[in-house]
Amino acid sequence: MNLKPATLSSIDEVITHYPSKRSATLPLLHLIQEDIGHIPEEAIPWIAGKLEIQPINVYEVVSFYPMFRRQPIGRRHIKVCRTLSCALMGGYKTCAAFEQEFNTHRGEVSPDGEVTIDFVECLASCGTAPVVLIDDDLHEKVDATKVKQLSEQIKKEKAERLKS
Amino acid sequence: MPAPAQRRIIFQHIDEPGYTNDLACYQRHGGYEVLKKAVTRKPEELIDEVKKSGLRGRGGAGFPCGVKWGLVDRKSGKPIYLIVNADESEPGTFKDRYIMHQDPHQLIEGTMISCFANNVKQAYIYIRGEMPHGARILEKAIAEARAANFVGPNILGTGYSCEIFIHRGAGAYICGEETGLIESLEGKRANPRIKPPYFPAVLGLYQCPTIVNNVETLCHVKYIVEHGGEAYTKIGTPGNTGTRIFCVSGHVQRPGYYEFEAGKITMGQLLNEVCGGPLPGRTFKAVIPGGSSAKVMRFGERYKGKRKLGADLVDYDWGVEDVPMDFDCLAMVGTMGGSGGVIVMDDTVNMVEALANINAFYSHESCGQCTPCREGALWMKKITTRMVHGLARNEDAALLKSVADQIPGRTICAFGEACSWPTQSFIAKFGDEFKGYPEAKKAAKPANANELV
Repeated sequence: MNLKPATLSSIDEVITHYPSKRSATLPLLHLIQEDIGHIPEEAIPWIAGKLEIQPINVYEVVSFYPMFRRQPIGRRHIKVCRTLSCALMGGYKTCAAFEQEFNTHRGEVSPDGEVTIDFVECLASCGTAPVVLIDDDLHEKVDATKVKQLSEQIKKEKAERLKS
Repeated sequence: MPAPAQRRIIFQHIDEPGYTNDLACYQRHGGYEVLKKAVTRKPEELIDEVKKSGLRGRGGAGFPCGVKWGLVDRKSGKPIYLIVNADESEPGTFKDRYIMHQDPHQLIEGTMISCFANNVKQAYIYIRGEMPHGARILEKAIAEARAANFVGPNILGTGYSCEIFIHRGAGAYICGEETGLIESLEGKRANPRIKPPYFPAVLGLYQCPTIVNNVETLCHVKYIVEHGGEAYTKIGTPGNTGTRIFCVSGHVQRPGYYEFEAGKITMGQLLNEVCGGPLPGRTFKAVIPGGSSAKVMRFGERYKGKRKLGADLVDYDWGVEDVPMDFDCLAMVGTMGGSGGVIVMDDTVNMVEALANINAFYSHESCGQCTPCREGALWMKKITTRMVHGLARNEDAALLKSVADQIPGRTICAFGEACSWPTQSFIAKFGDEFKGYPEAKKAAKPANANELV
């Protein structure tokens, strides 16, 4: 496991929050995913060792919670809310517009490796539907115009990254 | 009758220009003064205030908070834990988000008062994984409160110590169920526990007595301790005290969050006056009043019966618009106030498609440990999705109902009810639309209808 020193110290700190080490399973998975981008195979026995539990105890958690992913995804993760209030306000159109912008389908990595688009369930911002979570940032009332703006921004940031 | 004015006691500072989520701003507005006074009082007195207030939990079930605290096993000799349920995930609900992002210290103060009242030494805030900024804001707020001696060791010199940690979920709706949440906090799959024996108040986190309260509920506790339980009962209506925050989404002109005295506003006032009525050229068709698992109401239907008003029994004959928005009245008309998430659907919506959307949610979110729920939710999704995207048959309504009827009461947790109520109520209220769907889907859809599944 090749984790950043900051991740390792966060891991040691968070374990102290609980009387039982096993409770730190979700926090450790979050920290590792934030560092590496996904949960690699080797992370499972590593966490198990760290928390003095069995690898199956970690594996069953990884496979239960939708936010943990076993495979790498695009650099940016676009999560479009699929649930009723957003769908009523055009969430499916929003998702399709993103797919078209990045020439990809939900659940896949775009051909340039830049984005992964996913449908997710209710993001608890139903009053500003349709909503989209891009990495950590929530975007509200994402209609066709806003999809265009957000996509342009992502493409611009990609171009800047490639230049530098 | 015109709608009453909003009464913002919890959302007092939400969206207020210039109000920031740091400690200095909170204290400029009187923050932590209630905690300072509370820690000089006897914990039992604080619990009594909450009992007197009649406060009902704001997470969805509406269980009286004082009763919940009263059930805690205080003789076990084990530590008592308090968990803040900030796993706001019931579709249509979006109130706790704003408290945590814009006014986190209100939650922390309410939490610390509740911890002091119940002799809790360790609290956890279980926040949705999809709110990373919320988690960071709360962590920063706790650090500020700790530095100011409102959280941590020897709080305000009283000798009382209590720590709060943030724990992030990871995208599973079932973590909103309190025993599922406890399992998740223990580092496991969020499979709810069977009650009895695993009542959190007796055998909760680490098999210790545990209080699980919703974010908004704990903010109400702060208000109650500040103003007294008696004063709190003057807000709202008997049995439904305090305010309620309604989260309105879907097809209205002004969706959003609105805080009113409980029971003082009707559905019609809320939707037509407060939210500006239907979108131009459309009419209301259906509304789900308390989060997506609440049973749907059909505009045009009538509810008749007798109800208690003070000491008298009076007749009521209500349309959807006339129903007062409180736990008891909504229960009387066969649905529930739940989490306050009001989802509005207008005449562009096909109810089969709306149900297919809801069924996809519950199928995705079933934890899978009870067969009726795991299989039932899946099959309700498969049938409604097939109706929309494949072959629709006249007998599908009866088939769906038979699946839905076999789930409730046969599962460990209330998810079984939550996933079957939409199907049962959609078919009971809009059976004509389900029977007519094979024909209806051949016709062109309204141009302004959105794809729902």
